[in-house]
Amino acid sequence: MTDIRYLAPPTLDEAVSAFAAAQGAARILAGGTDLLVQMRNGMARPGTIIDIKKIPEMTSVTESADGGFWVGAAVSGAALAEHPRFGKVWPGVLEAINLIGSTQVQGRASPGGNLCHGSPAADSVPAMVAAGAVVTIAGPNGRRTMPVEAFPAGPGRTNLAAGEILVGFTLPARPAGSGDAYLRMIPRTEMDIAVVGVGVSLTMAGGVVAAARVGLGAAAPTVLLVPDAARALVGSKLDDAALNAAAAACSAACKPIDDKRGTIVYRTKVAAVLLKRAAAIAADRAQGKA
Amino acid sequence: MAKLHVTTTINGEPTEFLCDPSQSMLDVLRNTLGLTGSKEGCGTGDCGACSITLDGRLTCSCLVLAAEVGGHEINTIEGMAQGDELHPLQQKFLEMAALQCGICTPGVLMAARALLEKNPDPTETEVRFWLAGNLCRCTGYDKIVRAVLETAAEMRSAA
Repeated sequence: MTDIRYLAPPTLDEAVSAFAAAQGAARILAGGTDLLVQMRNGMARPGTIIDIKKIPEMTSVTESADGGFWVGAAVSGAALAEHPRFGKVWPGVLEAINLIGSTQVQGRASPGGNLCHGSPAADSVPAMVAAGAVVTIAGPNGRRTMPVEAFPAGPGRTNLAAGEILVGFTLPARPAGSGDAYLRMIPRTEMDIAVVGVGVSLTMAGGVVAAARVGLGAAAPTVLLVPDAARALVGSKLDDAALNAAAAACSAACKPIDDKRGTIVYRTKVAAVLLKRAAAIAADRAQGKA
Repeated sequence: MAKLHVTTTINGEPTEFLCDPSQSMLDVLRNTLGLTGSKEGCGTGDCGACSITLDGRLTCSCLVLAAEVGGHEINTIEGMAQGDELHPLQQKFLEMAALQCGICTPGVLMAARALLEKNPDPTETEVRFWLAGNLCRCTGYDKIVRAVLETAAEMRSAA
């Protein structure tokens, strides 16, 4: 009935070798919540399926001695939510990942898959961008790293070279007084795709923003880092003038499309609103108020 | 291409089957193993009618390859009642008429059980969010949600 091969290598080296040997005819399987749907509707016809869930590095969440985190590409949203520490340090990243799909989907879907799917509306990506996550990639020429915001290349496309596999995410150590948040606009309360999504990560010192990063989703062909919005926040006490300037920078960064989920005008306006609200939540978390 | 030989545990029973590499676990459950309690609604992970647990974690069996489950533990709706004794959720769904056509019911029950194992005292909001991936086109959900809350209360007082 089929000539598809299924492989579940126990090591990353074997996965990279098998992926390279398939010369583009293979697909990586983590949670399968995108791949199996694509196979069913005929959008994907892989010759080889390489299941990466037997590779410990790709299914583990570890906190390093300095307080940074490693999140393997195939870790499920449910597994990440069960981690005793991750959600305390990165509540915004966790809430973004846990917004993806249903309870059932959370049992399988991974932040690595969310990133590799290449959707500009991927919920976890703006939060990862705000967090300053760095991705590790393995391929026939060894390993390399890049900031997560450099990974997407356009709708459905990534900057992975031929034969390369996403291994996981490194989130930096968190200075005291830090907090993050992710908000998305959807017309329902659950189980929907972002019209706009904004992730904000702040470090506060004495009520003043010492460091900030802003990630913006579903508002351009790729998820964006918005340095101008971050600059408007740094040095402020999140007063109205700073928030308005950051919100304006967020809107200015938007290059959205008109589609059934939202118009260009609407998305551009909502990006500003979400920036203000997410910054307020991140600041409360940074200062232990939430 | 040769079929894959998979050894797994289903509802506590060691189980072996042969499958194609691209076959879903739902397909194998229903068409190879004769476990037809898990239903195919959408086949794309949206409706939850095929919900199972894989190593204790709720998932849609249509989004799992059968080839993946070797060495893992699966629970399906067939394992929910103990012989003739229904699970409290099943009993309460009958008493409170929390179903109409019944297609979504196995998935709803599997999801509700997973919720109560994790959270024995959920709020109505928590029940509604947890079950958001189980689509029912008949009941309007209110009876389902009330039955889950009522079962949770009974199971707490019995514990």
